[in-house]
Amino acid sequence: MLRYTLLRLLGAIPTLLLVIVLAFLMVHAAPGGPFDSERALPPEVAEDIEKHYRLDEPLPQQLLRYMSGLLQGDLGPSYRYRDYTVSELIASGFPLSLQIGALAMGLALIVGVGAGTLAAQRKNTLVDRIVMGFAMTGISIPVFVVAPVLVLLVAVKLHWLPAGWSGSPGFAKYVLPVITLALPQIAYIARLTRASMIDVLSRDYIRTAYAQGLGTKAIIRVHALKPAMLPVLSYMGPAVAAVLTGSVVIEEVFGIPGLGQFFVRGALNRDYTLVLGIVIFYATLIVLLNLIVDILYGVIDPRVRQR
Amino acid sequence: MKKSVAILILILVIAIVGPWISPHDYAAVDFSRILQSPSLGGMHWFGTDALGRDLFVRTLLGIRVTLLVAVVASLVSLVIGVTYGAVAGYVGGRVDAIMMRFVDTLYALPFIFFVILLMVAFERNFFLIFVAIGAINWLDMARIVRGQTLSLREREFVDAAKLIGVRTPQIISRHIAPNLIGIVVVYVTLTIPQAILVESFLSFLGLGVQEPQTSLGALVDEGVNHMEGASWLLLIPASLLALILMCFNFLGDGLRDHFDARNGS
Repeated sequence: MLRYTLLRLLGAIPTLLLVIVLAFLMVHAAPGGPFDSERALPPEVAEDIEKHYRLDEPLPQQLLRYMSGLLQGDLGPSYRYRDYTVSELIASGFPLSLQIGALAMGLALIVGVGAGTLAAQRKNTLVDRIVMGFAMTGISIPVFVVAPVLVLLVAVKLHWLPAGWSGSPGFAKYVLPVITLALPQIAYIARLTRASMIDVLSRDYIRTAYAQGLGTKAIIRVHALKPAMLPVLSYMGPAVAAVLTGSVVIEEVFGIPGLGQFFVRGALNRDYTLVLGIVIFYATLIVLLNLIVDILYGVIDPRVRQR
Repeated sequence: MKKSVAILILILVIAIVGPWISPHDYAAVDFSRILQSPSLGGMHWFGTDALGRDLFVRTLLGIRVTLLVAVVASLVSLVIGVTYGAVAGYVGGRVDAIMMRFVDTLYALPFIFFVILLMVAFERNFFLIFVAIGAINWLDMARIVRGQTLSLREREFVDAAKLIGVRTPQIISRHIAPNLIGIVVVYVTLTIPQAILVESFLSFLGLGVQEPQTSLGALVDEGVNHMEGASWLLLIPASLLALILMCFNFLGDGLRDHFDARNGS
């Protein structure tokens, strides 16, 4: 197990390096500098700015400086939010995004696994078809369509829940964003759970358990749930990536001052360092989560460790 | 599946023909008729937007752009994916291992954020949207094509081609690639809705197509800004986008099941 974990850890390092170098080069390959869009500056001033942000150095040197900064958690200054470093901006936006993202993932896991198990148990019945119909709809309709339509229906027309973020009281403002963010993941997880649960329930040891007189509930809880969860577990990496992408939309629609909003504002304002920093931050997060999933996989399914 | 195809063809025909027949121009601003609600008997079937532009024509134009981007992006991913997968599968051995390891590495990356980075770094141009979306969707294609090629290269006609001295690039392009068409068509159908999603996501954030051009994602974004009071601006493009995506997903799922069933028997 230790060997397996170490191998996985080593495998994640080149991925991270690739991310950083790729993202850095992409931004620096851009035609024109980050300050071109403002009115034409006198050459002395432009030179001064370049020197201040160290853009006058050769590219490899800039990359090295950036990477050594990264190791110390320093992502450089923001080009648009004056007097703020990118790290400070990420630190101020991320906790809120994390809260909403974690709530959504929790909700998606509980509802998705529940619905998928139910559908598998009642395969080819009306219940199954209804659950799968909802799942197909959930997969097809993008977050940026669901979010505004829900706001329009539930908040604007029916006044059940607040539409915005700031000024809204306590828990109610979390409901719509979390549900919207969770919906497509509920759909995916329900489909995955159903397929693998049907597969597991047809195994011989399940038949043996039935023969021993165990009830369906006990069989699912004790014998079927753990092996049926493996595909769901390996979906966790892509799911987190999807939730991060979705949070960008959710934060725009609901006006939540999280990391996603900084990202979109940064992208629209051409705030190179901020966008670069957030991309690297997101990518690192996803690579780390994939690593954790890999290791958990090894814990649950010992066969994987041999390979 | 048949219903999905019928709906998609219907939408496509209307989107191509509609703007020619309609008396309105997609970019014509008319401040005397802003935010008119939809009326089937009146001038504007889908109403007008905040600048008095006809939403019917704009929606059709949006469908055109969205589908065009999706199809071209899928073709880009097809070319990259098939080439990469066929080379890895045919050459095999260490080259294959390294090439597929690279694909595994890329799988772990949040590509959509790299596309946004690309959009920020280079001015948003149409060509780049195609390429960027195509460049993120080729991984699945490469994996599937590689698997198929592994079995194809053991076949007699490949041996025969080798024997008469056909060189490797020719074998891949002339003998391997044509035999991949079936499976590739299935996966292109599944790639198209993904490309539509990415394009409309970018346009929704204001990073995609630029005014006065439009796409379904950009229209949904506009709709969000006016949803109190002019809900049709949101609901019409949003439901059309959802409908198109559902049709493609049903079609792709159906084709894949069909293909898998045939493979299994």
